[in-house]
Amino acid sequence: MKFDFDDNELKKNEASFPHFARSGRAQKGDLVVEGEHREKGGVSVEIESSVKALFGARIEDVVRDSLRTLSAGDVHFKIKDNGALDHVIMARVETVARQLWAIPEPGVLPQARAKISSSKRDRPRRTRLYLPGNNPDIMLNAGLFGADCIILDLEDSVAQNDKWPARILVRNSLLAVDFGSSEKIVRVNPLTTANFAIDLEIVVPAAPDVLLIPKCENAEDLQAVEQMLIFYEKRAELTTEIMLMPLIETAKGVLNAAEIATASVRNVALCFGAEDFTADIGAERTAEGKESFVARNLILLAAKAAGLQALDTVYSDVEDMDGLIASTCEAMALGFDGKGVIHPGQVEPIHRVFAPTQQQVDYAGKVIAAIEEAEKNGMGVATLGTKMIDAPVVARAKRILALAEGDIFKNPPQITRENK
Amino acid sequence: MEFIKNAVGRLVPTEINGRELKPFMGAHADQGGGEKYGGKVPAAAKFNNKLLDNLDAAIDACEIRDGMTISFHHHLRNGDFLINMVMEKLAQRGLKNLVLAPSALFPVHEKLVEYIADGVIANIEGSMNGPVGRACSQGKLKGAAVLRSHGGRYRAIQDGDLHIDVAFIAAPCADPHGNANGVNGKSACGPLGFALADSLWADKVVVVTDHLVPFPCHPWSIEGGNVDYVVQVESIGDAAQIVSGTTRITRSPTRLLIARYAALFVADSGIMSEPHFSFQAGAGGISLAFVKYMSDLMHEEKVTADFIRGGSTKFMVDMLRDGLTKFILDGQSFDLDGVRSLRDNPAHIETNPFVSYNYHTKGCFAQMVKVAVLGATEVDVNFNVNVNTHSDGWLLHGIGGFADAADARVTMITAPLVRNRLPIIVDEVTTVTTPGETVDVIVTERGIAINPQRDDLLQRMKGSNLPVKTIGELHDIAIDMTGIPQKPEFDERVVALIEYRDGTVIDVVRQLLQQD
Repeated sequence: MKFDFDDNELKKNEASFPHFARSGRAQKGDLVVEGEHREKGGVSVEIESSVKALFGARIEDVVRDSLRTLSAGDVHFKIKDNGALDHVIMARVETVARQLWAIPEPGVLPQARAKISSSKRDRPRRTRLYLPGNNPDIMLNAGLFGADCIILDLEDSVAQNDKWPARILVRNSLLAVDFGSSEKIVRVNPLTTANFAIDLEIVVPAAPDVLLIPKCENAEDLQAVEQMLIFYEKRAELTTEIMLMPLIETAKGVLNAAEIATASVRNVALCFGAEDFTADIGAERTAEGKESFVARNLILLAAKAAGLQALDTVYSDVEDMDGLIASTCEAMALGFDGKGVIHPGQVEPIHRVFAPTQQQVDYAGKVIAAIEEAEKNGMGVATLGTKMIDAPVVARAKRILALAEGDIFKNPPQITRENK
Repeated sequence: MEFIKNAVGRLVPTEINGRELKPFMGAHADQGGGEKYGGKVPAAAKFNNKLLDNLDAAIDACEIRDGMTISFHHHLRNGDFLINMVMEKLAQRGLKNLVLAPSALFPVHEKLVEYIADGVIANIEGSMNGPVGRACSQGKLKGAAVLRSHGGRYRAIQDGDLHIDVAFIAAPCADPHGNANGVNGKSACGPLGFALADSLWADKVVVVTDHLVPFPCHPWSIEGGNVDYVVQVESIGDAAQIVSGTTRITRSPTRLLIARYAALFVADSGIMSEPHFSFQAGAGGISLAFVKYMSDLMHEEKVTADFIRGGSTKFMVDMLRDGLTKFILDGQSFDLDGVRSLRDNPAHIETNPFVSYNYHTKGCFAQMVKVAVLGATEVDVNFNVNVNTHSDGWLLHGIGGFADAADARVTMITAPLVRNRLPIIVDEVTTVTTPGETVDVIVTERGIAINPQRDDLLQRMKGSNLPVKTIGELHDIAIDMTGIPQKPEFDERVVALIEYRDGTVIDVVRQLLQQD
């Protein structure tokens, strides 16, 4: 795969700027922004809002401040707001501005929350909750459901016309929304599309923890992604390194899973995508999933051989909890570390499946105690009962304790009642 | 108009509509005393033929004049035809300055706004919502409206604060003597309890039914001995709008989370497992889910409630069927399962505001309920609750049973912390419906706040992993998301009184400056 850094997509020809542009959705927690050029008169703003009596003045401030930052000339902006928060208003205004004139990059970014998450490579990723990238309302509470990861999607759930509004909204949400203890992942568009580079340019400055790269087919793809990521990280002067999660969802990708897994040091997990995969091989997606059984195992082996996590596809029937649990049990039995999730209600059942038993937790505690004792006594090897404790046993014990601890302290709304 | 500061720090008038008012002094400060309203002594011999041909005949017989007070109940909810039917006839007759005394109004009654504008209706005492509430906020009523809780309405009628000249009682089933119930007939709605006080104390009582049966209509929620006239009409309501055919639980993950926190709070605090457990919950999205989660937890822990209080729904009926409660004490049925169960199951018991909510009684059910789960529009950092006005100042809701149900041992408010940019927890509520001293727990998706005066609950929750925070912390989280809202601007004029259940004035609603 070849690409160049000629980002023509980004720099629009001034002659092509329209007179009028619109962005946003007439939905709860969102707004519709319409902007148009005027002959003279500077910036004028007109506001309708479901919360005008309470936030009308503030909304106007946000719009005017944004337009100032975006170097607006003679323009009229009309806002129809339905309870959108500031970062959403800023995103929609910027999206319209980008269509109407060449704004000074990087646009108008909301103030970042003080709390910067520092996600770890080996954190649990039992659940990764997919959210469509152009729906601001659904993002606000997404961090409340205890999902290990939240995926803000710019790919399949966003129509081509909405790519710009979505990527700006995703950028602003990464900065302004508290996603709790969930890891923040952005699924960008495939490397082969013109969207890819723009996604990176816009989203990287907001420092997501991980980028999920769809339709990965070989090591070259990943290397190209990494190069571009480094380029945009430098440009944004990021101090942290964004991790990568290749999503394998084609026959070719499956066969190259091993090289994909080792193609970038930033890889933390390999993901499998069943929908695209079954379409690619010309099979129906079935409940029992025979058509993808081999593919899933190949990806899993490739991930594990490279020391990465292996993450299974989503279970798409949100009403069928028994089916979800059965599918999760099967995935766990094969060695997968997590499932994709398309509704918050799927999080808890999956976590229950992955939760270590009390027996496992107790044993893991003993293993760690024994190894600490041995280290204190200057011995390299510990024993527990008659069993020797070696490195893999310790690693497993640590993982179990981390999961158990995660269930009690890290995931906020523990809706389970284990410690009653 | 003179004002005095009451026990929740609100300035309330000492007199309005020619009536002397008492300021709110504290939730249980009122000690009763005084005399109940008496009414006239009737003679049975005059009531051998109560059945009239039509509504006009009843209106003639009642001799309705300008300025009279006309009452209705709201058991037919948004399916009610009767209020519109009667008010249209009264308007056609050129009557003016009537006082309407409904136990609640619904969007279907929007036409009343025209009668307000035309001077047919001068004032409203009881409850209002939606379009009629807007008209009130715009200052269109001649008098100052009085909003009362269900129990407060019963009390006001019983005590003579609210005198009703004519009560029209929509009855899904009635006999020619006036015995009536709500469980039979095509317009079946469940209980008829909200009409009880009207039937006991109105000067004239008209029962209007679309399902006339020969004497005796049994069971009788309204007793014929209190009824002057009976009228049969084609239809009193739209069955589809009276009760919903099916009750669905919310699918909003946030609302489900709030309901789950509330149910787990009841379990983790140990209240659920104590003897004589009971709870009350309504039919809002979160409440329904709460009932479902409670039944799961009770099933797990093998708990049977002594009773649960509705608004009954399928989910409560299921609990009764599954042995998770011994009784349902039902004030109104929200779905067909509720209506059928009330009709067929002796353990599903009809109640009225006298037995369940009235403060001027020798005790009522509300004070026996262990946990009440209620919704709210705003809660302030002192736990005062507003269910009447929106944050922008519009009067849009009645009190319902809120102030009464808050007498439960533990009153829990369930609500999203931020709703379409509106923070639910504010520094000061726009209107105080119910004092913070009766409100114990606020459950939101971002945390649970316990009233600091309930140290017992704080202690009980120490071992729980539910996200217990202070109300100040929840307020900060909300404001951090939304920004600090401006306050709505009001005119001087008082357009409505918020009466506490004991008859004192807890707050007023003022006319809005911004009228659109």
